[in-house]
Amino acid sequence: MTKTSLRYDHEVIAAWIEPGERVLDLGCGDGQLLRYLENSRQVLGYGVEKSPEGVRACVANGVNVMQIDLEKGLAGFEDGFFDHVIMSLSLQAVHNTVGILEEMLRVGREAVVSFPNFAYWRHRQAILNGHMPVGEDLPYQWYNTPNVRFFTIADFEALCEMHGIVIREGLGFDRGELVKEEPNFLASVALYRLGR
Amino acid sequence: MTQPQSVGVVTPQRLRFTEPLALRSGGRLDEYELVYETYGELNAARSNAVLVCHALSGSHHVAGHYADAPNNIGWWDNLVGPGKPLDTRKFFVIGVNNLGGCYGSTGPASVNPATGQPYGAEFPFVSVEDWVESQARLADALGIERFAAIVGGSLGGMQALSWTLLYPDRVGHAVVIAASPKLSAENIAFNEVARQAILTDPDFHGGNFYAHGVVPERGLKLARMVGHITYLSDDAMAEKFGRSLRHGKQVFSYDVEFEIESYLRYQGKKFAGYFDANTYLLTTKALDYFDPAFEHAGNLNAALAAAQADFLVVSFTTDWRFPPERSREIVSALMHNRRHVSYAEVECAAGHDSFLLDDAQYHGVLSAYFDRIEVR
Repeated sequence: MTKTSLRYDHEVIAAWIEPGERVLDLGCGDGQLLRYLENSRQVLGYGVEKSPEGVRACVANGVNVMQIDLEKGLAGFEDGFFDHVIMSLSLQAVHNTVGILEEMLRVGREAVVSFPNFAYWRHRQAILNGHMPVGEDLPYQWYNTPNVRFFTIADFEALCEMHGIVIREGLGFDRGELVKEEPNFLASVALYRLGR
Repeated sequence: MTQPQSVGVVTPQRLRFTEPLALRSGGRLDEYELVYETYGELNAARSNAVLVCHALSGSHHVAGHYADAPNNIGWWDNLVGPGKPLDTRKFFVIGVNNLGGCYGSTGPASVNPATGQPYGAEFPFVSVEDWVESQARLADALGIERFAAIVGGSLGGMQALSWTLLYPDRVGHAVVIAASPKLSAENIAFNEVARQAILTDPDFHGGNFYAHGVVPERGLKLARMVGHITYLSDDAMAEKFGRSLRHGKQVFSYDVEFEIESYLRYQGKKFAGYFDANTYLLTTKALDYFDPAFEHAGNLNAALAAAQADFLVVSFTTDWRFPPERSREIVSALMHNRRHVSYAEVECAAGHDSFLLDDAQYHGVLSAYFDRIEVR
């Protein structure tokens, strides 16, 4: 799992988390977000990461990590054990999108997801100009991107609706700034709090 | 960064214990000796000690070599030494031969002070918990109140886990590699085949073969052969031996034809030349009996509630003796108890024996973990 790290992304997520919570971070990369949450929210955190490099980095950073392939689900994690299950900028890199969302809401009271919005106006502009979008939140070329799902804020909300996933809060951002109107057009990154 | 080095020449040491040790089996050892080796220096705060627990046929000889036997290199030499994952410039590392062993600690071949004869069949059953108890006494004798870490692979990993349950406040970190919270029926079945090979060898003499001046060589050889098969993976065996024929053709005999037959016979014979049959029996039974959840109605979560250590659990994808799922059971139970635990599932083709190898990913995770351990 590859993760670009956005500082504001971490701050918004931290604001949704109460001190002392149990937190699971899926596709945790080098454990940076968990470190941040441990320091700022004193959480008991565990990360899930597939890549050997990420696992080693987490261990080196003193972050609890489980080397598990997310695509295989979260067997071994207890129902409702976590207060928050986070997937920061990784949902677009998972094949089993619905499966993982359901697993998140099985093991956690609340899920937090963030993802790049492919309907962002700059991305639309890139496509109009004949190219796949590349930018701060999509720092890959089409031939080396880890992303396997290309979806928009509108698509994601439709999926939640279809599967009975409750959107408790949704925020859009453009270069770290909160987008108040037309997020599907003006936001490059979306963050959601989800529940049942 | 200096190149990893060997700890160099090492010398085993021996400690005699005269306080009787009551064993889980109901047996008792009135006195006994443990043979051990140490590498690195114990710091002034006595906070940098690491205990390495050995697996089935291992010993106290973990790293370095003997002055008079330069080729007798410790079984985990790739892991322990200056600049290695278990860096002896930072840690004081201890290897100890388990009770019942055949490398110098009191075992079935030792003389029973009550009779003046080797213990043989009289040697009591020993358990993982008994080993931990005896190791705790060794730690007491060495002035080590608390280990920075206790580490082991396979049966050694079970000892590390057991330590965290029996002496929770004496273990800072536990590194449990290629282990399992208990053996499966299939695991026990393999052990039973190995034991039957020994027990039915005419030279076994009910365990008192020492008096007859023989060893149950055939039984031990078969036991090792069946064990060895389970330590490797199908792929590793295929890659190393395939179906290669020694004579280049099928000769229709029961002599060695396939290279894998030659290899197993060689390994079995070599093993039978140095390992004690009674130790093999005792150790496989200790493996079979190990089950910390047993006294908690099979509930591993409840069993591991006592642990206070931080954990690193490591498994290998091709290990079918203790496959990754078994390690994940340990991880789940630790997480249930809100322990700090990390889990690495290393892609390594070599099967169960991967824990002995110098795999980059495996040693990388261990290095990162041991680097983080504070020993002030």
